Amino acid sequence: MIAATWPSARPKSFLGVAAIAWLAAYSVLVPVSEAIVAALPVDRASHLGSALQFFFYDTPKVLLLLTGVVFVMGLVNSYFTPERTRAMLSGRTGGLGNVLAASLGVVTPFCSCSAVPLFIGFVQAGIPLGITFSFLIAAPMVNEVALALLLALFGWKIALLYLALGLAVAIVSGWVIGRLRMEAHLEDWVRDLARTQASVGAGSTTLAQRVQAAFAAVRDIVGRVWPYVIAGIAIGAAIHGYVPEDFMAGLMGREAWWSVPAAVAIGVPMYANAAGIIPIVEALLAKGAALGTVLAFMMSVIALSLPEMVILRKVLKPRLIAVFAGVVATGILVVGYVFNAVL
Amino acid sequence: MKDVKVLGTGCANCRATVQRIEEAARAKGVDIQLTKVEDMPSIVAYGVMATPGVVVDGKVVHAGGVPRKEAIESWLA
Repeated sequence: MIAATWPSARPKSFLGVAAIAWLAAYSVLVPVSEAIVAALPVDRASHLGSALQFFFYDTPKVLLLLTGVVFVMGLVNSYFTPERTRAMLSGRTGGLGNVLAASLGVVTPFCSCSAVPLFIGFVQAGIPLGITFSFLIAAPMVNEVALALLLALFGWKIALLYLALGLAVAIVSGWVIGRLRMEAHLEDWVRDLARTQASVGAGSTTLAQRVQAAFAAVRDIVGRVWPYVIAGIAIGAAIHGYVPEDFMAGLMGREAWWSVPAAVAIGVPMYANAAGIIPIVEALLAKGAALGTVLAFMMSVIALSLPEMVILRKVLKPRLIAVFAGVVATGILVVGYVFNAVL
Repeated sequence: MKDVKVLGTGCANCRATVQRIEEAARAKGVDIQLTKVEDMPSIVAYGVMATPGVVVDGKVVHAGGVPRKEAIESWLA
C-alpha cells in the first residue's frame, strides 16, 4: 500500500503535498457545487436550487476545514503529552500559572473520561488547585472541533473570539478557585496520595509518528463527528425558508436581558459535544438570537455538564464542585453580556 | 502466561481496548490473563494520566486512546 507508507517514509514531502492538495480542493468548492447543481434536474434560480447549491458547497467546506484543523491539532497534540504538560506546570504559582495552564489545556490531548486521572496526576505533582482547574476548564471548552466549526460556519473572527473568551473564562475561574483555598474539599483519598515527581518520560517521537498520530485523530474525530455536521447543515438549510427571520429575536435577542442567564441555565444540564451543539447554534443565530447569548449557551453546554460533575465527584467534595460550577457559570455569563453589549 | 490489565472507568475506548487485546491474543495464540481495573484509586496508583491505560506484567506500556494493533502485538510477543 503506497498510500499508507508514503506519509511515514517521507513525512515532510507528504505534508507539503497534502497542504497544496487541501488548498486546491478548498479553492474549487464553489465551481464544483455549481457544477453538481447544474447536472441535477432542478432550476438553479429556484428556492430548492439555491438550497442544494448551499448544501453541496457548505458540506464539503465544513468537512474540509474540520479535517484540516483536526489534522493540524493532531500534529500539535503530539508535542504536548499530559506528562510533559504536568512537568511544565509543576512549580508554577500565581496568575501566570493560570494563563499557562489554560493555554496548555488547548493544545494537550484531552478526553473528558480521563479528567480524573489527569486531575490526580496534577495534584500529586504539587500543582496548585487553581492552576489545575484552569487546565480542566480550558481543555474541553476550547477544542479543535468547536474552533473548526465556528471557523467554517461563522468566520475566523468569531472563532478567534471564542478562543480568547474561552481562555479568559478558564484563566479567571481557575484564579478565583485558587484564591478560595479549597484544598480541604478534595476527597480524602486524593489528599493522602503520595507526591510523585513530575518528570518527562523519555522517548523521542519522529515526524512520521506525529503524522500517524494526526491521521489517527482525523479518523477518530472526523469519523465520529461528520453525521452531526451534515445534520446541522441540513437543518440550517431547511429552517432557512420556513421559520421567520426574527423568530428568536424577541426570545434570545439583545434586548432580552434575562436571555443570557436563561441560556446558561439551560446549557449546564445539557450534555453534547461541540459538533452536536453547532446545528442548534447555527439555527438560533440565523433566526435573530444575539451572538453573546448563543456563545454563552454553547460554552455552558460544552464546558459544564452533569456527567462531568458526576465523574469529578470521585475526587472533589460537593462544595468544591458547586464552587467550580458556580465560578465557571458566572464567567460564561459575563462573556455573554459583554458580547451582547459590544457587538 | 502474560498478565494484562486494562485501566479505565468503562468508557467506550476502554471497552474497545479490551476487545482489541483479546482479539490479538487469540489471533497470535498467546495465553493471557486479562483483567479490567475500574476503580479510580487503583488506576491512579499506576501513575497514568490518561485512560485507557494498559499494564503488561506490572509495567505500564500505554496510556491514552485505543492502542494500535501493532503495538498490542509487540506487547504480546
